[in-house]
Amino acid sequence: MSDFEVLLTSRERPIVTAEFPSMDGGDLATVEQALTHYRGFVDAVNITDNPAAHAHASNVSMAIAVKQLGIEPIMQVVCRDKNRIAAQADVVGASMHGVTTFCALTGDDVTAGDEPEARRVFDIDGPQLISIMSGLSRGSYLSGRELKHKKELLIGAVENPFAPPADVRIRRARMKVDAGARFLQLQIGYEPGVLESFIEGCRNNGVTERAAVMPTIILTKTAGALRFMESSVPGIHVPQPVISRIAEAQDPAEESFQLVREQVEHALALAGVAGIHITDFRHDGSLERLVRELSIGPVSVGTEARSA
Amino acid sequence: MFRKLLPIVEHVVKGPVWDCQMCGQCVLHSTGMTCPMTCPKTLRNGPCGGVRTDGNCEVKPEMRCVWVKANHRAETMPLLPKSWREEVGHLRPPVNNQLKGDSSWLNLMNGKDRETPEGWEVSH
Repeated sequence: MSDFEVLLTSRERPIVTAEFPSMDGGDLATVEQALTHYRGFVDAVNITDNPAAHAHASNVSMAIAVKQLGIEPIMQVVCRDKNRIAAQADVVGASMHGVTTFCALTGDDVTAGDEPEARRVFDIDGPQLISIMSGLSRGSYLSGRELKHKKELLIGAVENPFAPPADVRIRRARMKVDAGARFLQLQIGYEPGVLESFIEGCRNNGVTERAAVMPTIILTKTAGALRFMESSVPGIHVPQPVISRIAEAQDPAEESFQLVREQVEHALALAGVAGIHITDFRHDGSLERLVRELSIGPVSVGTEARSA
Repeated sequence: MFRKLLPIVEHVVKGPVWDCQMCGQCVLHSTGMTCPMTCPKTLRNGPCGGVRTDGNCEVKPEMRCVWVKANHRAETMPLLPKSWREEVGHLRPPVNNQLKGDSSWLNLMNGKDRETPEGWEVSH
């Protein structure tokens, strides 16, 4: 059992995960360099799978590299680019290199990316993929064929509390947990009331007890970044007052940091929230500052040097 | 002859009403009579996280999200049996692509539309 899995079970302190940047070439040293911003500050990093439908170094290769470098990777698998055969092959292949934590997503559509003329696959969907991964963890491919060397997997998923319909999101979170998800990373959102209702619903239907629910925050510097998300990123809604707050601030970068700090404090104060997931678009030490100021993640136990 | 004719009849009936895509394993009863194969991502277990705040589709902004519609109809459509309404929240198995183009009526009668790969039973 990985340290990350132990933490998910014990929940002795708030868990911190972060989105690892995607890469377009380089070598292990490139990955190692990027990891220095996360090592000791997070419990695991998400290895994305062609995020926003843009091709990058593969999820499998990046997850293996990060694992070798001593950080727990959460390997995302999306349904957009590969059918059920390829998705299973990736999970089993990565597991042979010690990658045992996965996160199943449906994935953005091809039209969100820079190759909108590509064929979309979606042979399976997110909840089905969770279930298929659960089967692999129990030693069986979807076909029923047995895996010769069974390896237990830690499976997670995502949910977007901020996209309609609100009640269906709570039910969908439950569907994913029933299919085998043991953690749920939530979409970025700027409506505290919506998050509160979602978490309350997840508390009432047993989701927060059975899975570590982790809202996501994003570290940005400008109102422009928020405007971009509002206009161009599927599933993310940034209300105008939030954009105005940053746009009208004397120091937009500092105001952006304070906004995130408030979001994290709010989220972690909700009963049933197990931790947070951080997407860092600043790369200026704000992630480290955030976890230190709030004393969350590995730094909260004074083990800064411990590998995540 | 019957096997060839039936899909044509089915398409003529279901095409105009539900925009039927002839997946051959109809789940309309569990989706408030909304065809999930008309979702651009062909999701059997939607809605995805990309639904816009107005309830429209991530891919086609002018279109109502198929799964927003499905969930709404499963709740509100008159005459639907209670068991069908509840089924909207059930996990549907992956599509059997071998059945595409078949008559789902026939597959309903011979049980083919409910067959799942052996590993599916293991996995949940």
